[in-house]
Amino acid sequence: MADEPLILGIETSCDETGVGVVRGHTLLADALASSVDQHARFGGVVPEVASRAHLEAIVPTMERALTEAGVTLADIDAIAVTAGPGLAGALLVGVAAAKGYAVAAEKPVYGVNHLAAHVAVDTLEHGPLPEPAIALLVSGGHSSLLLVDDLARGVTPLGATIDDAAGEAFDKVARLLGLPFPGGPHIDREARAGDPAAIAFPRGLTAAKDLVAHRHDFSFSGLKTAVARWVEARERAGEPVPIADVAASFQEAVCDVLVDKALDACRSSGVETLVIGGGVAANSRLRALAEQRAARHGIRVRVPRPGLCTDNGAMVAALGSHLVASGVAPSRLDLPADSALPLTTVSV
Amino acid sequence: MRLGWVIVLVLVVDSSTPAVTAALVEVTASAVTTRAHRCTVDARAHGELLAPQVDAVLGDVAARPAELHAIVAGLGPGPFTGLRVGLVTAATMSQVLGIPAYGVCSLDAIGHPAATGEPVLAASDARRREIYWAVYDGAGQRLVGPEVGAPAVAAERARELGVTTAVGDGAHRYAEVLGLPLRAEPRYPDACALAALAAERIRAGAPGDPLTPLYLRRPDAVAATVRKPVLP
Ligand SMILES: [Zn+2]
Repeated sequence: MADEPLILGIETSCDETGVGVVRGHTLLADALASSVDQHARFGGVVPEVASRAHLEAIVPTMERALTEAGVTLADIDAIAVTAGPGLAGALLVGVAAAKGYAVAAEKPVYGVNHLAAHVAVDTLEHGPLPEPAIALLVSGGHSSLLLVDDLARGVTPLGATIDDAAGEAFDKVARLLGLPFPGGPHIDREARAGDPAAIAFPRGLTAAKDLVAHRHDFSFSGLKTAVARWVEARERAGEPVPIADVAASFQEAVCDVLVDKALDACRSSGVETLVIGGGVAANSRLRALAEQRAARHGIRVRVPRPGLCTDNGAMVAALGSHLVASGVAPSRLDLPADSALPLTTVSV
Repeated sequence: MRLGWVIVLVLVVDSSTPAVTAALVEVTASAVTTRAHRCTVDARAHGELLAPQVDAVLGDVAARPAELHAIVAGLGPGPFTGLRVGLVTAATMSQVLGIPAYGVCSLDAIGHPAATGEPVLAASDARRREIYWAVYDGAGQRLVGPEVGAPAVAAERARELGVTTAVGDGAHRYAEVLGLPLRAEPRYPDACALAALAAERIRAGAPGDPLTPLYLRRPDAVAATVRKPVLP
C-alpha cells in the first residue's frame, strides 16, 4: 500500500476551505474550515465573503491536514485542486494556492472538476467504482444526473436542474419556516416528527409530457412556491403552521423525485450502480428512500458518509488519486479557475 | 541575526494592479538588485499568469525554490480577486519553504521610487470610477493613505499637501480630474522597490508578516430581508 500515490486535494469552490490527503483509496486526512456562519445573516453564500475566508484559512487548513496525515509536502506525489465549477473568486484562491504549493514543492498539479470529485470520494469508503455507474449529485449549488463511464477521462451529463438546485430549495423552505441557514440539516431534523404524506406537494417534471423533453432533469422552483403558498394561506387564515408536517412533506417531494429519476436513469442506461453525492446526500430520508427503492430493482446504491458528501478536500484528493493511477497527465501551471467548467472535463 | 556580507535571493510578487509581477532580487548588506523579472499587464488573468512567471524567474537564474531566502508580496490595495492571487502564492510558498513572507503596501512601490524632493500622489485603478491612492513626501515616506475614493477627492487632498506630481496607472487614467503633472514611471508597483522596502526586515531576519490584504472596501452583500409574499 505504501507504494500507492500520496495525493493532496484542495477544495475552495464555495464556502468550505478543504484540504485532504489520500494514499490510493485510503483517506489519511480531511481538514476543513467553513465560512458558513459568516453567510448565515445573508441567507446564502456571499462570494466575496467566501473568497476572503479562503485566503485566511488555506495555510492553517493545509497545516492541519499534513499534521493529521503525518506527512510533509515533500512526501506528496501530486496536488489536485478544484478548478471548477463554483464561485469564480473562491475557486481562484484554491487554484493559486495549489500552484504556490506545486511550484515551491516542485510537484505536479491537477486542476479537477468539482462534480467528478463528488463521485470519486465514494471510492474512499467503498473502493473502486464499477463503471459505468450513474451518479446523482445534489447540493446547494448543483443537481445533476451523470453517466460515469470513465471517471478519469469524462462523464456524460444526463440531466440537471432547470431552475433551483435541490439544496437551494431546502434553504429557501427552511427560511420560510423560520429555520436557520443552511436549511438541509434543520428540515431533516424537523421532518422526523412530521408526516411525509400530510400535504401533497408537487413533484417537478414528472408529468408524462415533461418526461419527453426532461426525463432526466429536475425542477424545484414550483415546489418551493407551492410550499410558500401553502404556508402563507395558513398564516392568513390565522392558523398555526405545522412545521414538522410541512418539512416532512416537502422533503418527501424532493427525495421522491430525486430517487425515481436516478433509478430511471440506471434502468434506461442498463447500469447497476448508483452513487449519490453532494450536501443533500447527507439527508437521511434521501439515503433511506434510495436504498429501499433501489433494492426492488436490483440496483446497488453507494452513498459516502455524510461528512464526505458535503464539500471537502478529501474528494478532490480522491479524484486526483484516480487520475494519477489512470496515467492522466497533470495540468499546466497556467491552468485557469473556470466557474462554469463543463462536466465533460474531468481534469483541465 | 544580521546578514552582513551574505547575498540572499528573494522572490517578489505583486498582483494588485493589471500588471502581474514576479521577480527575483538579490539583497546584500548595502544593495537590492533585480536578477530576473516578469511582468504581464492583463487585468483578467492573474490566476493564470503569476505561477508560470514565478517558475520562469526561477528558471532564468537556474535557481531551485529551496534557494529562496524570503518572499515579498504587495499587499494592495487592489481589486480583490486579482490581489488575492499574489498573496496566496506568497503565503503558500512561504509555508512550504519555511521562509518568511513580508508584506508591503503596493502603492509604496509606486510612490516611494517616484519621490524626488517634492510630495507625490501615487494612484492605481480601483474600478467603479475610483482610485486607490496615497501621498508621499519628498523622501518617499507615506503621509496619507492608502485610501480608496473618487479621483476628485484625492486631488483635493493632494493639493492641500502641496503635491506637485502624480504617478501610477490610476493617475494616468484620471489625469484630467487630478490636474497634476504626471510622472511616467513607475506605472505599476515596482518589484525592486517592493524588495527595497522590505530590505531591513530581510537583512534582520525578522519574522514574516500575516499577509493581510489591504481591501479598503467591504464585501458587497446585503443582509437577507423580509420575504416577499407569493400570494396575490
Ligand atoms: Zn459540491
